[in-house]
Amino acid sequence: MTQPILSLRGLTTAFKTEDGWKEVIRDISFDVQPGETVAIVGESGSGKSVTSLSIMGLLDSRARVSGQVLLDGRDLLALTEAEMRSVRGNDIAMIFQEPMTSLNPVFTVGRQIAELLIRHGKVARDQVRAEVLRLMDRVRIPNAAARMEEYPHQFSGGMRQRVMIAMALAARPRLLIADEPTTALDVTIQGQILDLIKEIQEEQGMAVLFITHDMGVVAEIADRTVVMYRGDRVETGATADLFTDARHPYTRALLAAVPRLGDMTDQDWPLRFPSVDMDSGTITAQAAVSNPINRSATPVLSVKNLVTRFGSGSDLLGRPTGKVHAVENVSFDLWQGETLSLVGESGCGKSTTGRSILRLVQPEAGHVQLDGFDVLTAGARDLRRMRRSGQMIFQDPFSSLNPRMTVGQTVIEPILTHKLAGRAEARDRAAELLRQVGLDGSMMDRYPHEFSGGQRQRIAIARVLGLNPKVIVADESVSALDVSIKAQVCNLLMDLQDRLGLAYLFISHDMAVVERVSHRVAVMYLGEIVEIGPREAIFADPQHPYTRRLIAAVPIPDPARRGLRRGGEIDELKSPVRPLGFQPPQRQWRQVSDRHFVMAG
Amino acid sequence: MSAVDTQLAPAAPRAKSRFWTKFRRNRAAMVGGVIVAFFVLLAIAAPILPIADPLATSWTAIRLAPSADYPMGSDEIGRDILSRMIWGAQASLMAGVVSVVIAVASGVPIGLIAGYFGGWTDTIISRFTDALLAMPFLIMAIALAAFLGPSLTNAMIAIGLSAMPIFIRLTRAQVMSVKTEDYVEGARAIGLGHMAIMRRYILPNIIPPIIVQATLTVATAIIAEASLSFLGLGQQAPAPSWGSMLNVAKNFLTQAPWMAWWPGAAIFLVVIGFNLIGDGLRDALDPREH
Repeated sequence: MTQPILSLRGLTTAFKTEDGWKEVIRDISFDVQPGETVAIVGESGSGKSVTSLSIMGLLDSRARVSGQVLLDGRDLLALTEAEMRSVRGNDIAMIFQEPMTSLNPVFTVGRQIAELLIRHGKVARDQVRAEVLRLMDRVRIPNAAARMEEYPHQFSGGMRQRVMIAMALAARPRLLIADEPTTALDVTIQGQILDLIKEIQEEQGMAVLFITHDMGVVAEIADRTVVMYRGDRVETGATADLFTDARHPYTRALLAAVPRLGDMTDQDWPLRFPSVDMDSGTITAQAAVSNPINRSATPVLSVKNLVTRFGSGSDLLGRPTGKVHAVENVSFDLWQGETLSLVGESGCGKSTTGRSILRLVQPEAGHVQLDGFDVLTAGARDLRRMRRSGQMIFQDPFSSLNPRMTVGQTVIEPILTHKLAGRAEARDRAAELLRQVGLDGSMMDRYPHEFSGGQRQRIAIARVLGLNPKVIVADESVSALDVSIKAQVCNLLMDLQDRLGLAYLFISHDMAVVERVSHRVAVMYLGEIVEIGPREAIFADPQHPYTRRLIAAVPIPDPARRGLRRGGEIDELKSPVRPLGFQPPQRQWRQVSDRHFVMAG
Repeated sequence: MSAVDTQLAPAAPRAKSRFWTKFRRNRAAMVGGVIVAFFVLLAIAAPILPIADPLATSWTAIRLAPSADYPMGSDEIGRDILSRMIWGAQASLMAGVVSVVIAVASGVPIGLIAGYFGGWTDTIISRFTDALLAMPFLIMAIALAAFLGPSLTNAMIAIGLSAMPIFIRLTRAQVMSVKTEDYVEGARAIGLGHMAIMRRYILPNIIPPIIVQATLTVATAIIAEASLSFLGLGQQAPAPSWGSMLNVAKNFLTQAPWMAWWPGAAIFLVVIGFNLIGDGLRDALDPREH
């Protein structure tokens, strides 16, 4: 066996807390061979990022790192800070999750790459420009010569991540550490970036240490995988073996909790996730429930020709120079007890659609009928009464609860606001609601920060349930959660739907979750619904090219199916910004099958 | 799913008692509280304390160094500095606290409205604030005090109004960042009115920087009162205030440095006291801090 390029021996990192040193990763050992891709996978709090920061020596003085980090046999932990600086960038390069904030906004992209080349001193000054071009070509940035004069804000997220990769490659590192590099990106862009990393790795023979929470990404890219759980390395193995024959119960549990696209092919109804015990790895399948939807009844939510546009840019007098066509001529119905998923990539208008329906933003035109209320023309009083029927759950459980209000106040407030009960009765009701979402009534006097992300999302659900809503707009409500928690919250939503007959407008970019929870799916692209139909029809028989691309781009947690898909096309999502007075084209619809429609042309 | 994670810190006490427990546990804040309380008590007790008349002059005791008769020395016309310090605490503390209350009570609501509603309301308020901020703080205080007429009350109003634009600006900026949080939109979705959202969702979340700014402004206000007194626009001579004492004392720094020591030290201590209290309040009001 060749000598590994990176070798961790008993890496242990502790942070100083008020109660003394607390170990966050314990005794981590694994090797990375030249040209190999190793993934570290784990949920939040597993210590995977701390591992990468410990390798790079990027933790501050409150951290104590022990063990050995051998790079080509040299122990990085024994190096001085000055020596370490020359290792970073030269031997090991790193790319991060957030491409939006990793570039300096005031310099052109070309200049930032050039600066790095000059600092590493590997290129003669007169060669710098040529080398920048070469690097930008290498990361497949189209039209590199022109784009190197542009500023970061003129680049999309995926293009910025390409720039970050170009910068990481500048010194021809032998090891690239990629810390969740595709997590903030849309799924089609994620696929392109993963392809890019693989191609470059093959061209340069570079080793990659890939840190991620996404089993689909692991299956897609890693030769070997290290599974971490609460600071311990629980299992290491070839990725293919791990997926077929995991030994550790946690790994099995993690894999079981991951929804896989295509799992639902033979299912007629949404299916609850199996419940998995993370410590023992025991998997219990949930009873399937069929909840027939009465489509002959009046839809509880009916949206017709909804249009929402925002002003964009401004001229000398502050008037907008263009319009963002965020939602363009969107129509659909939603019945009691039904889940309609709205899918698409960032900027496609799916969140704005959800907010327009509840009139949290003011639409320009259209009709929204929600539980008998004409939402868009309702006066202040009707609008307030309508709020009881239509509610919203947000994405980020850390910003969706008022940090200054206790859980009790948070859950009681809507009940009191709408005078549904007196104070004492409201408190009892709140305790009951908390129990319904799987929390304990005794938690009422605590503040949100004392709860985990999943628990907070449950609190947010309890809060809106207090109003007995008919329709809940769930805007990426499970996207920020770890897989196991995501499964629990999805199950909770399905339980509540079953029991209370709730209708969900489930806004999400996560196709695998959508396949699991939806009755019907609508695909949005640039503000328009391009395809809508029953879940099984959309996934089994996608008609619109964009729907096909979206489904094809989803990483599948199965290493055996790696690389079966995707072309090499690199294109960015087009912008929905139009000049003033732009008339959107008249769209034609084609019926594919029962209730399955696709935009023509 | 079977075991919903219920692991939490041990049961926490109710909100109000938690606030006091936290505030009292903060040693620095308690020191600040003791300092401020000491001066406040002194100011209140001035009439009943066995001290000399703060206005009585004596031609035989001009600029005496501290001694048994004059524990803090005497000033340029033979008045007892200890007595003047104690009586002067009234004017200085009042000037500091009342003017900041005026500034906060007027600035925060205006800033809240500007930040929350945005648009034209914001444009008008912001331009007005910019115009006020363009004028130096002290010049504006002097102009306002001169316009209102010389008295301690008018000086406090003048100082308060001059300090107001800072609070408008600060509040507006804070509101604009808190306004974008999901919980504010959630509150709208619940059907809460603008007033309730501002009171329950925005105000509590923007309080910390305002408290810090307020405690710092107390110090500025005490010193501003001194300047106004010096110009005859604040506390009217011969009634004492620390600021006016300091202003006189600066003419005798080499001959009678004690004249400056005491008011200087007192202002310093009170300012520190308020700052420590402010930090303590900020931490105790934040449920996230432990």
